[in-house]
Amino acid sequence: MTDIYTFDSHDLQKIDKLIAKYPEKQAAVLPVLWYAQDKFGHTDASVQKLVAKTLDIPEAHIHGVVTFYTQFYEKPMGKHVLDVCTCLTCQVSGGFDILEYLEDKLGIKTGETTPDGMFSIQSVECLGACGYAPMLQITNDKYVNYLTREKIDKLIEDLKSGDEPDFESIKMRQHLNGSDQ
Amino acid sequence: MAIDWKSYTPLLIPAINNLHEISVYEKHNGYKALTSVLQDTRKWNPKSVIQEVKEANIRGRGGAGFNAGLKWSFMPEPDGKPRYLACNGDESEPGTFKDRNIFEFNPHLFIEGAIIAGYAMQVNSIYVYIRGEYRSWVYMLQKAIDDAYVKGYLGKNILGSGFDVEMYVHMGAGAYICGEESSLMESLEGKRGYPRVKPPFPAQRGLWGRPTTINNIETLSNVPLVINNGSMWYKQIGTETHPGPVLYGISGHVNKPGVYEYPAGMDIMTLINDVAGGVRGGKKLKALIPGGSSTPPLRGEVLEGLTMDADALREAGSMMGTAGMVILDEDTDMVDLIWRISVFYHHESCGQCTPCREGTGWLEKTLYKIKSGNGEMRDLDLLLSICNRMEGRTICALADAAAWPVRYSINRFRDEFEKKCKKTVYALA
Ligand SMILES: Cc1cc2nc3c(=O)[nH]c(=O)nc-3n(C[C@H](O)[C@H](O)[C@H](O)COP(=O)(O)O)c2cc1C
Ligand code: SF4
Ligand code: FES
Repeated sequence: MTDIYTFDSHDLQKIDKLIAKYPEKQAAVLPVLWYAQDKFGHTDASVQKLVAKTLDIPEAHIHGVVTFYTQFYEKPMGKHVLDVCTCLTCQVSGGFDILEYLEDKLGIKTGETTPDGMFSIQSVECLGACGYAPMLQITNDKYVNYLTREKIDKLIEDLKSGDEPDFESIKMRQHLNGSDQ
Repeated sequence: MAIDWKSYTPLLIPAINNLHEISVYEKHNGYKALTSVLQDTRKWNPKSVIQEVKEANIRGRGGAGFNAGLKWSFMPEPDGKPRYLACNGDESEPGTFKDRNIFEFNPHLFIEGAIIAGYAMQVNSIYVYIRGEYRSWVYMLQKAIDDAYVKGYLGKNILGSGFDVEMYVHMGAGAYICGEESSLMESLEGKRGYPRVKPPFPAQRGLWGRPTTINNIETLSNVPLVINNGSMWYKQIGTETHPGPVLYGISGHVNKPGVYEYPAGMDIMTLINDVAGGVRGGKKLKALIPGGSSTPPLRGEVLEGLTMDADALREAGSMMGTAGMVILDEDTDMVDLIWRISVFYHHESCGQCTPCREGTGWLEKTLYKIKSGNGEMRDLDLLLSICNRMEGRTICALADAAAWPVRYSINRFRDEFEKKCKKTVYALA
């Protein structure tokens, strides 16, 4: 089998920089896995093999790390992975309703990917946005806060037409000139 | 004495536009504490910095409330080999969402605090561990660090003092357990985040076997305040045993959820009703989880007159934790809520210790059974006995964190659990 995934010389330069942050090479395992996932979209067995070879670390160790951390995708996922928080505050703020709404809308269950490969849905633990519940994260990146059905509709439309949401900065109410207090 | 919260001006995250930019931060006394520490050598040396911070009694904002300066003093004398400071920005305890505000709105305060801590403990490498989900905030902090390098606050021979320190950001990848300090170090070393058996403590054997101190992001952000104004001034804020400002993360059934900065020891009902706009929809308050999912829930009735500080909350039968306050109204199904919390801990248990690996699973299963109407009265005793077998019997405190919410909600909301249970029928009764 030929290796489908490779790092080119530009990648290797970047990876050398990641390794240089630590006194030992093994510490670069997480950063290099992130680098690989950003490039290839996942860290399946072949990507794990590539990372192992690049860092000269046993494949078994890399596999152990990938399976320990939830954000590494062990297999290819949909183009957009919708991670809906259903934990604590999100739970009591309608997180499960949002999840069900998404399942109905996309016609898939949690943990599945749409046949066209556009969307995957996951139910995840607290994302550190409890004050802005319910919320979801898109493919390990942007947060979408204060979710409603309407907001989900718009989000799906936007993602389908290639529009990724911007980062939403949520100011502290205390800072809003006291007018809100 | 009640806190005059209305006239309180935030110190950790002041209302200054673009404070995240280094030039704006500098204009507002930014890096003044670091400059003083490194240049006023008559007043400051590593030992006197530790002493001042210890006297200020900055209680760790990561959950355990341990005096930061005292922790620093556990570091052994330098021996010329590497030693480390690890800054804990894992922020994964459900209900907690405060440290990200520091990265977003006042990253240089944290950076300055961490450099001063580095100087006090004479470390030359600082790692900032940030949960992988916070990618957006990782970029913000990295930008701030890059700017601090350009201005010479980081790197070699800082401000001509001869002190060198490097700061690196390390991104996690989705694992609550990596917030536990020894798991964090394993993760930084590129491994699965299995907590280490203690002793040895991190100050003896930490990162790469070398002396290491771990502090929370908010904890370190208090350090410049103490250096600039002195420990006496700092102790005027908050309560006698829990001084300083606190970032309260208020979420759940209130009208104005969000992060608010006020002194430690704020009156809980004031926070809920006046600061956060009261319970949503005029509903009655049922319960409060005061400091993240692992802190035992308190009934609404006991909150009158109770304050948010370590001592008061311990006395009331809970904990300050991360000050991530989850407000729950009368419609909340406590059984459902506790079941979901147990799902979390089961998912996040690293699996090294049998009482935790098996116990969290049993808690989840049994609570699911009760929640779906198939439980029996004796299942409540089963739950309590599982808790007994988990608490204090494991490598790290995750098992305790999983058991407490279950134990105390059965204690405090027993009627709700009983309502869902069938009466136990004994075979030969
Ligand atoms: C299971 C578990 C998870 C933890 N998660 C965090 C966390 O996300 N952030 C944090 O600062 N501390 C966390 N802690 C506490 C750390 O172990 C450590 O006490 C803390 O970072 C020390 O910093 P401080 O003294 O400044 O609070 C956790 C502890 C346990 C047992
Ligand atoms: S208590 Fe749980 S999370 Fe902590 S080390 Fe043991 S198994 Fe892992
Ligand atoms: S509970 Fe959903 S972000 Fe914290």
